[in-house]
Amino acid sequence: MSGRKIGEVILDLKNISLSFGGVKALQDISFDVLEHEVRAIIGPNGAGKSSMLNVINGVYRPQHGEIILRGEHYANMNSYEAAKAGLARTFQNIALFKGMSVLDNIMTGRNLKMKANILQQAFWLGPAQREELEHRLKVEEIIDFLEIQHIRKTPVGRLPYGLQKRVDLARALAMEPQILLLDEPMAGMNVEEKQDMCRFILDVNDQFGTTVVLIEHDMGVVMDISDRVVVLDYGKKIGDGTPDEVRANPDVISAYLGASH
Amino acid sequence: MSFFLETLLGGLMSGMLYSLVALGFVLIYKASGVFNFAQGAMVLFAALSMARFSEWIPLWLGMDNLFMANVLAFVVSVMVMFAVAWLVERLVLRHLVNQEGATLLMATLGIAYFLDGVGQTIFGSDIYKIDVGMPKEPVMMLESVFEGGILINKEDFVAAFISAMLVVALTIFFQKTATGRALRAVADDHQAAQSIGIPLGRIWVIVWCVAGITALVAGIIWGSKLGAQFSLSTVALRALPVVILGGLTSVPGAIIGGLIIGVGEKLSEVYLGPYVGGGIEIWFAYMLALVFLLFRPQGLFGEKIIDRV
Amino acid sequence: MFYRENGQFKTSYKSDQQIFAIPQDRWAILALIVFAFVGIPLLVDEYLFRAILIPFLILSLAALGVNILVGYCGQITLGAGAFMAVGAYAAYNFLIRISGMPALGAILLGGLTAAAVGIVFGIPSLRVRGLYLAVATLAAQFFWDWAFLRVKWFTNDSSSGSVSVADIELFDWTINTPTDKYLFCLGILVIFSLMAKNLVRGSIGRQWMAIRDMDVAATVIGIRPMYAKLTAFAVSSFYVGVAGALWGMVHLGSWEPAAFSLDRSFQLLFMVIIGGMGAIAGSFFGAAFIVILPIFLNQMLPLVGGLFGLEVSIALVSHVEIMIFGALIVFFLIVEPHGIARLWSTGREKLRLWPFPH
Repeated sequence: MSGRKIGEVILDLKNISLSFGGVKALQDISFDVLEHEVRAIIGPNGAGKSSMLNVINGVYRPQHGEIILRGEHYANMNSYEAAKAGLARTFQNIALFKGMSVLDNIMTGRNLKMKANILQQAFWLGPAQREELEHRLKVEEIIDFLEIQHIRKTPVGRLPYGLQKRVDLARALAMEPQILLLDEPMAGMNVEEKQDMCRFILDVNDQFGTTVVLIEHDMGVVMDISDRVVVLDYGKKIGDGTPDEVRANPDVISAYLGASH
Repeated sequence: MSFFLETLLGGLMSGMLYSLVALGFVLIYKASGVFNFAQGAMVLFAALSMARFSEWIPLWLGMDNLFMANVLAFVVSVMVMFAVAWLVERLVLRHLVNQEGATLLMATLGIAYFLDGVGQTIFGSDIYKIDVGMPKEPVMMLESVFEGGILINKEDFVAAFISAMLVVALTIFFQKTATGRALRAVADDHQAAQSIGIPLGRIWVIVWCVAGITALVAGIIWGSKLGAQFSLSTVALRALPVVILGGLTSVPGAIIGGLIIGVGEKLSEVYLGPYVGGGIEIWFAYMLALVFLLFRPQGLFGEKIIDRV
Repeated sequence: MFYRENGQFKTSYKSDQQIFAIPQDRWAILALIVFAFVGIPLLVDEYLFRAILIPFLILSLAALGVNILVGYCGQITLGAGAFMAVGAYAAYNFLIRISGMPALGAILLGGLTAAAVGIVFGIPSLRVRGLYLAVATLAAQFFWDWAFLRVKWFTNDSSSGSVSVADIELFDWTINTPTDKYLFCLGILVIFSLMAKNLVRGSIGRQWMAIRDMDVAATVIGIRPMYAKLTAFAVSSFYVGVAGALWGMVHLGSWEPAAFSLDRSFQLLFMVIIGGMGAIAGSFFGAAFIVILPIFLNQMLPLVGGLFGLEVSIALVSHVEIMIFGALIVFFLIVEPHGIARLWSTGREKLRLWPFPH
């Protein structure tokens, strides 16, 4: 891929363990993510992939382990801190704000960057108005980029699934994140929509240099677009490496083909 | 000491009645996810029905047997409450499936207003007597233990006993019968229950019927104590903190929460009230529940909610 | 026919961000405001002002506040009446205890006091939601009901919490006739509505709605639930508090805690539900409906009874009234859960496209 150059470790996860009551969702998982790379997390259903993302951006608190983000250590990430530190994500079961228009949904992504206080907003004073316009311009760029101009004012609840996924991505992009976490961005899409989504992800990675961590089930897609892949099974890490290495890994093969261990 | 015990027991007795009303809330919430604000109106409606029919039936049939009149009035009132349950399902709930909690709550507020209005239009709006032969005279207890003993209303005892029996009966109904199992299945997951062939509508009618009966029992007990009158419909408001304390989904929670609130109210009124001007019963219960919520949001026995994304 | 957007193109995002992006709407609303200020005082008699218009204006303001909290931020409240009471009694205290305090200042300070109290009672919302929160807000209702009845300091040692104020003045304008009161309330309502609209279309409004629609996702994109919820409680209580102060000092003149009872809280909630949650206009529709309905039923029921040769007593009217009221609420929830505002906007949408169906 053209312009981007893979850099240093930007996100390092060390010995993460997470359990709900007696269920061990993640056991002692460590892996790292390099700047500007596309890193995939794969594994069968219930392997703990979504839990892993939830740990990274602070929705779940792991019982053990450490997250190192650009040299900063976090024993417990919280979602707000994560957002401030430049992490954005999309959700497996689309978590858009149903009562709001596409435009407003994406505008919420700019929230951290908006500074006008509540009184300025109430009276629509200069700073509030200027800010609103400024961010609207930025959001329009993203809308252009993801080719969703025609649905700008539509309430998201009325959109078909594929477009909702795209709005979800748009909202994450509006945060101008350094690391983008994508939870099954292509689930439930047809081939054409998948191709579009792949293109968007690669463009984001390429043009903005955004590091991408994604969970995906479609092996073809994963092997094509990711630089490195980590494989989880029953909350344990069973493989890590380039797509070719992972493909050749006997543990991974047996996990996917269901052979006995 | 004996005064403290009297207060404590008094609290336990009224707590038992709160439990009864709270039970109505919990039953309906468990089975339909509806927070039934109309439970108080149902208590009033049931009490009015009981009071008036026990007065009218002897007139209509020209008989003079208090016991028979009460039995007949009870049967008629049960049927009235069943009709209410059926109508609520038919006319309201059925059309609000899959609506949000707030909408359903609002709908039950509407039902509450409606029942208050209908009840008073049909049955009148005075204070009516319910006389089911509850013993009125107080008794002295534990005279050998304390000097002076403690003074207790027999009526309270009977009431507490009836409440306890009802709770036991409901527990058996929930745990042991096929209908009870279906109810619990619906409570866990509407769609899953429907997909294995449990008729949702019928379950809701049954649950509202059961809630109607608890309302009737609560109405009779409170009514024979204070008379069947409009203020009965505010009983629900007294019982709300109970549900919060116990957890919205828990039957034992409703009972234990009721006892805690009953006792807390009485003790606070007697020992704290005089310093702040009295009348603190109502908000004290709410504050108790509120403070409690801050530490255990799901209530004493409620299930912890895990967010999934 | 005249409601067309043909040929109107927006050439900047700024013009697209206006409150009423369609010029016809802008003119209509302007005409309505002018008519309310100039036309109505010429046309309407005292009874209408007292019984309908002034209550409508003040309750609209309160409903606006409740709508911000319930409709926009998704935090249900059953204690709005208590915050009206706090606003009213706080304004009263500011007025009588600080000499030279202007009435408008007292009213706004009353609102601010309500906002502060609102933040305190909003704290449970950080831990609990939905129905649990509804019950938590009832705590506020019962506590303040009691406080204004029993704590003598709040009511300047008056018995049973009843207080009264003299006619209030705004600079040199003594507000004592119904027309004055109407204009005063109208002025406040117009300004507050504009502020509310600005808030909900800006960043804070989006934060509220995000929390309402999906709080986990909102946190993930960097919205702090604590900030969003507590600002909603504060702004909402401020509106409700100012409405309470107006209700007491302008509409009633003398009042007691019962004016702000639990029934008032329910009434405000109904206004928002029936009018339309999450729609500014909904607050006005709801308030109008709830103010007019009882008066309408009061007039109609004896007439209808007369048709069937029935004597309708006053008690019966009041019972039938709450019965119909309850039934209507259920009816509205079933037919249009999004309230009159949704009916209105659907109608307008149809009109824009008329005579084509889509």
